[in-house]
Amino acid sequence: MTTLFGDYGGRYVPETLIPALDELERGWRDALADDAFHAELQHLLTTYAGRPTPLTLSERFAPGKRVYLKREDLLHTGAHKLNNALGQAVLARRLGKHRIVAETGAGQHGVAAATVCARFGLECVVYMGEEDMRRQKPNVERMGLLGAEVRAVDFGTKTLKEATSEAIRDWITNVETTHYLIGSCVGPAPYPELVAELQSVIGREAREQFLAAEGKLPQVVVACVGGGSNAIGMFHGFLADEDVRLIGVEAAGAASLGTGRAGVLHGARSSILADEDGQIADAHSISAGLDYPGVGPEHAYLRDIGRVEYVGATDAEALAAFRDLARTEGIIPALEPAHALARARELDDDLILVCLSGRGDKDLAEVLAQ
Amino acid sequence: MKKLVIYLMAEPETPELARAAVDGGADIVELGFPFSDPLAEGPVIRQASERALARGMRTRACLDVLARTRELVDVPIVPMTYAAILEAYGYERFADDAAAAGASSAIIVDLPVEVHPELRRIQLIAPTSTDQRIRAAAANTDGWLYVVSLTGTTGARKEVSQRLGTLVERTRELAPAGLPLYAGFGVSTPEHARAFAEVADGVVVGSRAVQIAEEGPAALRDYVASLRGELDRS
Repeated sequence: MTTLFGDYGGRYVPETLIPALDELERGWRDALADDAFHAELQHLLTTYAGRPTPLTLSERFAPGKRVYLKREDLLHTGAHKLNNALGQAVLARRLGKHRIVAETGAGQHGVAAATVCARFGLECVVYMGEEDMRRQKPNVERMGLLGAEVRAVDFGTKTLKEATSEAIRDWITNVETTHYLIGSCVGPAPYPELVAELQSVIGREAREQFLAAEGKLPQVVVACVGGGSNAIGMFHGFLADEDVRLIGVEAAGAASLGTGRAGVLHGARSSILADEDGQIADAHSISAGLDYPGVGPEHAYLRDIGRVEYVGATDAEALAAFRDLARTEGIIPALEPAHALARARELDDDLILVCLSGRGDKDLAEVLAQ
Repeated sequence: MKKLVIYLMAEPETPELARAAVDGGADIVELGFPFSDPLAEGPVIRQASERALARGMRTRACLDVLARTRELVDVPIVPMTYAAILEAYGYERFADDAAAAGASSAIIVDLPVEVHPELRRIQLIAPTSTDQRIRAAAANTDGWLYVVSLTGTTGARKEVSQRLGTLVERTRELAPAGLPLYAGFGVSTPEHARAFAEVADGVVVGSRAVQIAEEGPAALRDYVASLRGELDRS
């Protein structure tokens, strides 16, 4: 039953969780086959989340090119994370789970989880590293307003890696009443596949919108990759279009795909930052959302088969793109997609689609302090 | 007689600690090979893992501790670790090198029974396990079955899990007759150990043993002896 992406993916979790993953997988298959699930989700996406999000031609950011931005920053809560959170909340209700546990790095997924829990009256606990709580303070405050309990993780890296481990430990403890609302296309099966499917609305819409705007497909599609959910959602729209080049941009200090090795982290086999003994290494990025030593197993597979290229962008390059997009287009991007923007504007191609996965309000303090 | 399994983290002092545990009455020593992100561990063993890693306890060093422990004790020593360690070291190579260092089997906390079936190991079952999964674990386990008494991570609890009795009963019906069932998670006091031993064939004590081990071999021997004494009365 467990899905593998080549040699990647699978389930490397304690026995306690396996029956819950089986239950989740069955519930997910049932939902996918149920028109009522799709109708409910579609209704929420249009009437609550604000889909479809627009496609914006940036005319001044990259002069001489036609760079289109898929505006997930305009989605309710300010990032693509809500697509996944809404889908999983509907699924959790179908499974009869009334408590949600989630991890968050930049806080965007935590806010999305807190939002859907408020909307559906579910109990919500979000684990967040202390370091991330410091650098993404507005999102911590938003989660509190939305009624979620934010639990600080004060050991190890104090970032997304430890927050994810603690969320999984909570799930192990409360597995019978709790749904683990994972925020990216990582974790044990079926999560990577489930999250990719829920995020693939980004790529489906963007492909259609791009065709409507240009009468043809983009030459290149670019998205940032931390765990990789906005990228996988975008890429799924174009995987079958063999002439479309797909580029994932990692933070240079957290390049799980660029410099990582095969290994196991958080329940799945993927490409990870680890030493030769399999011990997980620290990642470093100015962007809390990319500051993670793992990546979704499907990305590792897409890299290996050569369908997607993965490159890095430094903190400085991302900061420059962040500032430039604000001044040239009147759009303040999140630091995460600023990495994608930094690489996109250097490409030789003329027709480019970038996933602007979130807005940058949460990053102002961090950027202004630089 | 009920079996007593004591978990210790692999560190330079561990061989002497293992000898003290055996002197106190331990029948089996579980030797933790630390992993940076141990999902099944509560604070005590997680912190012990962090400390061991900071002291350089990588896989090769842990195997050396295993070999030195083997020279000091004559009870089975079982490495307990996570799949990430074997992914990096190689499953077959790990099994070979651990056996050469004197290990009896292994416990890989996050390796479900259907994954890497070629690796002989002690399987785990939990209160959430289905009958089908308990059957598979019992059929594939190496010597004894590790019964996780509760849903949760390792570490002391005030009360004995209410679910242990039911789980052991259910497992006895599904497992081959005579398969030893040793239960762990949440055992810290002699009273807990005795309550566990009333239903299971043995008791695994981890977090509390790791804490006491910090006080040295004498303290550990006394602690294990207190557990042993209560088990022998049951």
